[in-house]
Amino acid sequence: MIQVNAMGDTCPVPVVKTKNAIRDLNGAGVVETLVDNAIAVQNLTKMANQKGYGVKSERLAENRFKVIMTIGEGAAPPEPTQDECCLISPPGTQKNTVIVIDDDRMGDGSDDLGKTLMKGFIYALGQLDTLPKMLLFYNGGVVLACEGSPCLDDLNSLQAQGVNILVCGTCLNFYDLADKLQVGEVTNMYVIAETMTQADLIVKP
Amino acid sequence: MDQTKLFCKGGGCTAKLGAGILSRVLEHLPHGPEDANLLVGYDSKDDGAVYRLNADQALVHTLDFFPPMIDDPYAFGQIAAANALSDIYAMGGEVKTALNIVCFPETMDLNVLGEIMRGGAEKVIEAGGIIAGGHSIADSDVKYGLSVTGVVRPDQYYANNTAQPGDRLILTKRLGVGIICTANRVGEASPQAMEAAVQSMTTLNRYAAQCCKAFDIHACTDITGFGFLGHLHEMTDRKRSCHIHAKQVPIFEEALAYADEFLLTAAGQRNRNHAEGFARFEGVPFAMEEVLLDPQTSGGLLIALAQAEAPQLVQQLRQIGLPAAIVGEIEETADVEIRITND
Repeated sequence: MIQVNAMGDTCPVPVVKTKNAIRDLNGAGVVETLVDNAIAVQNLTKMANQKGYGVKSERLAENRFKVIMTIGEGAAPPEPTQDECCLISPPGTQKNTVIVIDDDRMGDGSDDLGKTLMKGFIYALGQLDTLPKMLLFYNGGVVLACEGSPCLDDLNSLQAQGVNILVCGTCLNFYDLADKLQVGEVTNMYVIAETMTQADLIVKP
Repeated sequence: MDQTKLFCKGGGCTAKLGAGILSRVLEHLPHGPEDANLLVGYDSKDDGAVYRLNADQALVHTLDFFPPMIDDPYAFGQIAAANALSDIYAMGGEVKTALNIVCFPETMDLNVLGEIMRGGAEKVIEAGGIIAGGHSIADSDVKYGLSVTGVVRPDQYYANNTAQPGDRLILTKRLGVGIICTANRVGEASPQAMEAAVQSMTTLNRYAAQCCKAFDIHACTDITGFGFLGHLHEMTDRKRSCHIHAKQVPIFEEALAYADEFLLTAAGQRNRNHAEGFARFEGVPFAMEEVLLDPQTSGGLLIALAQAEAPQLVQQLRQIGLPAAIVGEIEETADVEIRITND
């Protein structure tokens, strides 16, 4: 079972997050989505009905609803886009890809070129057919998630599409950027170590 | 933070209150003494108010403002203005003056506001009107729009609920801009789709309205937040029925694809809830249903006129580059107010 927290999200974000969770199930299973308004419940129910998933919802409190979707073995996976249909990969092999960014520049050489390349790389991530599971920022990379970064729009867009963004708290403190963080969640070395050791694929630009 | 871009949380006409809840409030408002010169007020749920000054002149009043639906402030200003001006055209009037309505955070870069208002001013000038003033409020989020005053001959304004049985319905812009902007907000819209949507939303309905002048228009409205079916419902006004041919309706093809991905707004779902009481889909695919319910920002005109004249008006609208089409016909009252078939 996967739980999705879409409290405070406006449509279509609850649906986008739930679709990502259903994709992560890789087959049969249950996805529970928490939302804070009845219209979001209706939009989720509408998707479930169109896709043939089992669906029920309950009101937990005045502005707190739970939508439970049951995805059967035979159910169609959510919106395989045309590009994804062309990927030849057997089911169950979707990778837990973690992108590690430890500098605001990409590659050795000119600093200016390196910064331009890094901006282009983060933009391009958002255009991939298969998005990474997580972006991990530490050391010199954390500035990209902070005020003044040229990548904030792209990072916000990645986050809106369900990509987790984690930023090293020790690094933010070291560079005196703790109150400048604009996107992502602050994390610690334990989580960083766990994330990297459990990844199927680590990509470092 | 990049201050040349706007932060969008789902703006434009998707930010409108639902038609259902709005009616419940309006029905209970106190009415002052009747004034025979108020030719169109909010009793009729029309696009703007029409007030007769004398036998030859009536004022048309409207206002519209909303949060950004795109991150380019200049284009947002153009769209908000085109949307506000549209109500004057839907009433058959001419734009005279406009007042800016601005909500803007004190901490935000004023150049952004400058770009929004430049876009708005250009559209007012294109409409043949002048910006005569405005009002601004410090607010947590950006909102922009116009209060517009126009003029019309008291015997020549277009009501939205006076279509006749046998009339043909013409729509002058494609549907689906709400869904495209929503897909864009989560990074799923193609740049081409977004560009086409912006081009449509910044197009003034002035040119379509000018084409109408040579015809006997029975009823007219513009398609905005309540979606095509919601505004059509205001046209049939529980007095008539109509039959819509879904495949004839001009739409953005990309909107169908995004609707199939469920990139849908809360406002679209509110429109669906509202439409359940008066519309029946017969074999229409899910995505097309959503497009017909999609809240439009600066949508096209929906025009009712006699069958004999309709093809000629469509031809003239197409000649000026609009994707106009005959989308259905008004009928005597049937078992359901709006019937939509997939032909």
